[in-house]
Amino acid sequence: MTDEIVAIRALSRNFGSTVALGDVTLSVVRGTVFGLVGENGAGKTTLIKHVLGLYRAEQGQVSVFGLDPVGDPAGVLGRIGYLSEDRDLPEWMRVGELMSYTRAFYPGWDDRLARDLLEMFELDTGRKVRTLSRGQRARAGLLVAVAHRPELLLLDEPSSGLDPGARMDILAAIVRTVADEGRTVLLSSHLLHEVQRVADRVAMLHRGQLLLNEPLDDLLARHRALTIRFATAPTAPPSWPGALGWTGQGVEWTCLCNGEGTSCKQFAEEAGAEVVEERAPSLEEIFLACTRKEASGSKPS
Amino acid sequence: MQLRITDQDGVPIYVQVVRQIKYLVSSGRLAPGAQLPPVRKLAEQLLINPNTVARAYRELESEGLVISRQGAGVFVADGVSPLARREQQRLLAERIDVLLTEARHMKVDVEALIEMIRRRSEGFDSRTS
Repeated sequence: MTDEIVAIRALSRNFGSTVALGDVTLSVVRGTVFGLVGENGAGKTTLIKHVLGLYRAEQGQVSVFGLDPVGDPAGVLGRIGYLSEDRDLPEWMRVGELMSYTRAFYPGWDDRLARDLLEMFELDTGRKVRTLSRGQRARAGLLVAVAHRPELLLLDEPSSGLDPGARMDILAAIVRTVADEGRTVLLSSHLLHEVQRVADRVAMLHRGQLLLNEPLDDLLARHRALTIRFATAPTAPPSWPGALGWTGQGVEWTCLCNGEGTSCKQFAEEAGAEVVEERAPSLEEIFLACTRKEASGSKPS
Repeated sequence: MQLRITDQDGVPIYVQVVRQIKYLVSSGRLAPGAQLPPVRKLAEQLLINPNTVARAYRELESEGLVISRQGAGVFVADGVSPLARREQQRLLAERIDVLLTEARHMKVDVEALIEMIRRRSEGFDSRTS
């Protein structure tokens, strides 16, 4: 049994002249939560469609549970629980019908778990999917995604546009999935505070390129936010190596830097400026600094 | 045991769990012999990754603050008082550093600061009781 649940090797995909994925390599390990982050259109959904076997790898390889998701859809899809932002559920079905319909596809369907979730989510089996609120529709989608105890739970922007209660239910489902020995979650999201709560590893896609792919705690540990007070207000923040981005005005600026900020502290000292605050930036701050830096770096000058 | 996890800054969550449990032990809110919640339960309660909770518990165990008994659970170790005292001093030193930094920015010297602490301390019991 392989511990590499999803293996993506040098995967590239173009749509016309647009690079949707450019030479992406990553692997999702059993028993962990893998957070895939990036702006809208960064390539997250394209990547997930390859994992589901909806796209064939034109360049590079994709394997899931060691199998080819296009060549062996039955062997792969039956072991995946999938919930997407559109929650494309059959509108005309009642919740009870949706459950028995989905149940037929999965030998591992757990009636007891399904009943527990139904109760926890306060879903009415007689209601038509069409008439459910946004949050209840997401809960119905979540129920049918997890009730067969999938080995891989695949969530594509599951929390978009949901109220805090429904978002918490989704986070709780992620936590329960990993707590069950050996099960795995691949979560794509632009809600970075949620990713920061649950991810073991984070990969950042930007215009189809993988900017980062590392354990979340390592990523957080090697970035610092330094607030620097200059003797006189600079017209523009300095471009120090290691400084990913600046926010501020006047004499006080906050610099997001990598490498624990040592080089930036040295530059500050040389410039006669004082570091007045140092703290650990959130995943969201790191993400914004990285994507802005990439965007400005690739701009034609 | 009530912990509060924040995702608004970048302090890794296992570090937050370790620090807060140490704080609860050194302040006496978690007594020697007290059982910590199972990994899964704490993860579900705080909505954080169970691997993160397990890592925090391992860290606490390697520092001798808790012991894990096979099949029974994780417990606050006996005789942690010297360690707890060290932890108390570390925690207070951290707060003092913050205070000193702010005082320096406000150009309040150390003597004046100590005098302020003494005066605050005199009225402290009547204010908080």
